[in-house]
Amino acid sequence: MANVLVFAEVRGGDLRKVALEAVTAARALAELSGGGSVHALLAGDAGIGKAAEALAQHGADAVLVLEHTGFAQYNPEALAATLAQKLGSGTYSYALFSATAQGRDLSPRVAAKCGVGLAADLTGFTVEGGTVVGQHFTMNGKVIATLALAGTPSILSVRPASFQPAAAPRPLVTEVVTSAADPLASRVKVVELKQGNTGKLDLNDAPVIVAGGRGLKAPEHFKLCEELADAFGNAAVGATRAVTDEGWRPHSDQIGQTGRNVSPTLYIAVGISGAIQHLAGMRTSKTIVAINKDKDAPIFKVADYGIVGDVFEVMPALTAAVKAAKAQG
Amino acid sequence: MKIAVCIKRVPVMEVKFAITADGSRVDEAGLKYDINDFDLWAIEAGLQLKEKHGNVGEVVVISLGPDAASEQIRKALAMGADRGVLLQAERSPADGLSVARALAAEIKDGGYDLVLFGRIAIDSMNQMTGPMVAELLDLPCVTNVCRLEITGATGRAERALEGATEVVEFPLPVLLTIDDGLNKERLPSLKGIMAAKKKPLDVKPAQLGEARVTVQRMALPPERAAGRILGDNADAVPELVRLLQTEAKVL
Repeated sequence: MANVLVFAEVRGGDLRKVALEAVTAARALAELSGGGSVHALLAGDAGIGKAAEALAQHGADAVLVLEHTGFAQYNPEALAATLAQKLGSGTYSYALFSATAQGRDLSPRVAAKCGVGLAADLTGFTVEGGTVVGQHFTMNGKVIATLALAGTPSILSVRPASFQPAAAPRPLVTEVVTSAADPLASRVKVVELKQGNTGKLDLNDAPVIVAGGRGLKAPEHFKLCEELADAFGNAAVGATRAVTDEGWRPHSDQIGQTGRNVSPTLYIAVGISGAIQHLAGMRTSKTIVAINKDKDAPIFKVADYGIVGDVFEVMPALTAAVKAAKAQG
Repeated sequence: MKIAVCIKRVPVMEVKFAITADGSRVDEAGLKYDINDFDLWAIEAGLQLKEKHGNVGEVVVISLGPDAASEQIRKALAMGADRGVLLQAERSPADGLSVARALAAEIKDGGYDLVLFGRIAIDSMNQMTGPMVAELLDLPCVTNVCRLEITGATGRAERALEGATEVVEFPLPVLLTIDDGLNKERLPSLKGIMAAKKKPLDVKPAQLGEARVTVQRMALPPERAAGRILGDNADAVPELVRLLQTEAKVL
């Protein structure tokens, strides 16, 4: 039996999809350990408690609700203190986080405070004789390490999109909790959140990614990617390092070795040659489509489907065809 | 301004890795090594901050790794860092907390205003050592820094998130992890390379603690099956849409 404490990530007052993935992963961890309860910590400004229902629907037996104006923005010091206090209480065998910018900032702090092991960015796991054994990409995504996480309590984080949120409804049980440290006394203060593409899906949340490379030739031509993304309706636009280095797109959109790792259901690479640094960040996508004028481009070696051709001709035709397919339902 | 920069010796990734016969680790034969990309940007950030603050103080480069990691420390010294510390360990353990404890023990009484790390080491991909060291030393910590201003005893940074950034304010001393986009690292000059040979490099054993995370085995990911070229230009679009609907079932 193992009870699991899961951190429900919030950004800008909204529960993120990765939080539901984390609850699903926590549910799996509890079941693999012979059953146990999943408790989700949900922290935010007054009113965040309304997000508890979604967590219960995905398998949280209880939602620990922490409402305070000091959590209106990400507050790493007060959150780490609170999570460390909960994990040290003896109730939980594991704490589980999403391996996002926020989760990868917070989970090491909690691990160090509690003096416990942390296995990060797992793409899957099992439990063997009470030990969590999980898969973790190393060597820039080119090698998979199987890590053993000994002892309890201990901490793991799971890579976004590795667990699909699964319905596992529970009656909504909430418990009001208070912060273990004064949230207004934190030394590090987030004073502003700048959303990149307001209203657009995040790269880690989007089932479809349309990514553009230097083959688009100029920043304004990214509109071809945006139009295709709009046609899908559930897509985000990403970019290669060459493009973000040129300043055509923000750094936060960069996919690859020094950028973000993504694994959407569908990845469409537009005018991307496929440098290994880029492939490292997207090769785990379920289906990959490549459109490039160079038939020898390395991207075609990882693509399921390729079109050799001029992106300026192919993209408008593809956008129209996707719109038509969507219209048919 | 006294600045510590923690760096890691990592394999150059532009190779096809092999796994040892017992499946326990990456075959190191023929690998070349360099400073982890993100750590280069941390070194550059440290050098720029020292220069901006009247070139007083020092930039100390600390690395935990095998004796050969002294090559990477020398490179950092050639870029302009003042002295180096090598915490000897045959290899860097998979357990981030164990590494963090050894680094924290070295940094603890150093009187640093700033402790810099790269956001992630691209070999272990653990991305945890920096914030762990901050906790162990009770230092304020900001990770994923892609913009940075230090004014007196306070600073302001932007943290890169997925598709967004956070503006963060903090006091010094502080521990920061540096992300891509903050700067571009300088190359060591010939003069720098000559000077580096005479700069102090302190070597001592790393105080690694108990490891709770261990590597059971290593494997190469399954190759993606070779794809299909559907055709040329817009003529291939109907076939692509059909396959996305019927075969891949993603549309």
